[in-house]
Amino acid sequence: MSRRKEDPHAEFIKGLWRDNPVFVQVLGMCPMLAVTNSAINALAMGGATFFVLVASSFLVSSLRQWIPRQVRISTYIIIIATFVTVTDFTLEALAPVVHKELGAFIPLIVANCMILGRQEAFASRNSVRLAVVDALGMASGFLFALFTLGAVREILGEGALFGVSLFGPDFEPWVIMILPPGGFLTLGLLLLFFSWLRERKQRLAIRLEELEAEPK
Amino acid sequence: MNDLVWIFISALLINNFVLSYFLGLCPFLGVSSRLDTAFRLGLANIFVMLITALCAWLLNTYVLIYAPYLRLISFIVVIASTVQFIEMVIKRLSPALFRALGIFLPLITTNCAILGLAIFATNRGYGLAEGLVFALGAGAGFTLALVLMAGIREEVALADVPVLLRGTAMNLIIAGILSMAFMGFAGLFSGA
Repeated sequence: MSRRKEDPHAEFIKGLWRDNPVFVQVLGMCPMLAVTNSAINALAMGGATFFVLVASSFLVSSLRQWIPRQVRISTYIIIIATFVTVTDFTLEALAPVVHKELGAFIPLIVANCMILGRQEAFASRNSVRLAVVDALGMASGFLFALFTLGAVREILGEGALFGVSLFGPDFEPWVIMILPPGGFLTLGLLLLFFSWLRERKQRLAIRLEELEAEPK
Repeated sequence: MNDLVWIFISALLINNFVLSYFLGLCPFLGVSSRLDTAFRLGLANIFVMLITALCAWLLNTYVLIYAPYLRLISFIVVIASTVQFIEMVIKRLSPALFRALGIFLPLITTNCAILGLAIFATNRGYGLAEGLVFALGAGAGFTLALVLMAGIREEVALADVPVLLRGTAMNLIIAGILSMAFMGFAGLFSGA
């Protein structure tokens, strides 16, 4: 991440896949496990986080010259809290049912360390354009991770996706998956899968280097 | 009285903050590799939670009836500054206590379990006594989960775990099993 070249495309992909906030950096776990017992809740939570992250990255990056270094963390937190309050009230007005489902976890977006981390590590040091692209990438990565987790848990736990039954009435739902332990287990297994993918890629790269070196 | 006991048990075991609300996962996964650190973090957490409950009650009763939309911002600001203030007081009055809890206090303040506690207590309309008991139960529950996890992890560190599974993946699966065990407490009071 040390390169300073402006490459919006790379910054976007970074958040979505290579440095995915959940699967690779393991950040922002608190809100993510609690609300991913169905795909629709996961999407709502992901959407709310998406808005908060992009908006606060934009504001922090635009104000970065005026924020004194000593109080920067508190400033970020207040900016984030403002946007979370906006999201909370908007969601309550537009989609009261979803808001009720998510309950206390909307205000808890403030405590999502992923958001604060992006302000400190990226938005406060880069141009507005790059900061927004980075936020878009990270937020999409977060949304993607939440949706994957929510979908897996809903499919296994209720045999349905978005409330539409998938396997017919004979399917015996794995109730444990929509209960808290299911969240821990699913995320654990997904992390395992991702570290397997990374390891495999590294092994392949090493093999490739060996092959190229050999004939000479 | 019975109500207070029920709130305590519920926050401690049945609705354990870590294992069934997923609050405070960062310290739960990050600081649970050694038993004594985990225990001290837990104690510091109980302490901060009690202060939080007090602050939340004061804010809710005296300030926020006039400006409910400032709830989130004022919770964060007030809790963080109160904890920082108390940290300074402890440093002056009891250096020993500061060494035991001090380094964790700033870490804990931005933890979602703390904010979650304030929000849950507000949403459920707890008064002062209920709020404090709730904080005590939640803090003790957090400590319990953290200590259990650290105990297991100290054992696992000696075991031969496949390379891929090491780290967070393993910890999450352990947490899943612990959480399943805690689900057994759900029937604790329904039969009586």
